[in-house]
Amino acid sequence: MKRDECLKVLARHVTDTDIVLPVYSAAFDWIDIRPHPLNYLSHGAMGLASSHALGLALGRPDRRIIVLDGDGSLLMNLGSLVTIAAAAPPNLFHFVCHNGTYEANGGHPIPGRDRVDFCGFARSAGYPTVHEFSDLKIFEQQIGALLARPGPVFADLKITSSGPQERDYSRLHGPHVRKAFRAALAAG
Amino acid sequence: MQQGVSADIREPEGFLRGSSMIAEIKASRIEFVISVPDITTSEGLLRPLSQGSTPRLIRVCKEDEGVGICAGLSYTERRSLLLIQQTGLLDSVNAVRGVAVEYALPICMMVGLLEKEPGIPPKQSKRYGVRIVEPILDAMGIAYHEIEGDADVAKIGPAIDDAYARSRPVVLLIGRRPS
Repeated sequence: MKRDECLKVLARHVTDTDIVLPVYSAAFDWIDIRPHPLNYLSHGAMGLASSHALGLALGRPDRRIIVLDGDGSLLMNLGSLVTIAAAAPPNLFHFVCHNGTYEANGGHPIPGRDRVDFCGFARSAGYPTVHEFSDLKIFEQQIGALLARPGPVFADLKITSSGPQERDYSRLHGPHVRKAFRAALAAG
Repeated sequence: MQQGVSADIREPEGFLRGSSMIAEIKASRIEFVISVPDITTSEGLLRPLSQGSTPRLIRVCKEDEGVGICAGLSYTERRSLLLIQQTGLLDSVNAVRGVAVEYALPICMMVGLLEKEPGIPPKQSKRYGVRIVEPILDAMGIAYHEIEGDADVAKIGPAIDDAYARSRPVVLLIGRRPS
């Protein structure tokens, strides 16, 4: 699956009240596919998006929180799988865009790229629902039902790059992004 | 003992009560405590917090996770406190730098100072790992307060209120084991 095609399918199932936390390359695809003030884009670096997502899920149990993690990012914060499973927020949906590379940092391979099993990690950590998708048609058929399940839900999206991106990081980390998010969340 | 050090030695202020700290934390409207166990606060603070239902205790595997969780919670108007050891704070410096400082978020950290000597200011500790904490916070521009005796407990509430009012991080340095 190409990542942008996969995310376009996902976007059709995301509502106006959902909060989405996309990471790095997925973020640059996502903000063009679904520009929205409830995109939470400022989660620093070093894999912390899933932790920010847990905070949002605990603080706003009335909202679905969808994190679009990277594989390199998740490897930097594997403990968050255990923490999330233990906290068991029913409104957290954790997707990992798995292409085996640090795409935003030069395309170098992640460690163990041919062996690492993210679904195995999530299952062992205690996520009650774990899925792997590598076929866009199957993803399209099943994503709606998956997002209706009680969380925490984990899905490994086996994707390929969407191609070259123009990465203007001020679109992720600029203060205007956080201000817009805060205002949109407070309004609802 | 060196002259400069002895001149600054403080009289130990009796003791630090965990029950007073918990009352102050609750009065500060903290709803979530995020924690990796810290030796200094383990028995007097974390243990009793773990036995209550409020604030809700979220145990994390690593301290920088806690920075992220507190950040997410801050957008939801729910207050949280990250209870860790200074070793974890040092390990999380990049998360604190990026998320707490550069994003200007009210990340409130209660940090036990492992092996700090009672009555000795942290900057004058013989322990390298204690001595460097405040200079690092100074360099990062992060406000901090020393909590070592019961009289210091009253600093907790205003420090947390100020962090949320100004949307800035704050560190509360716990200098002795709460009873």
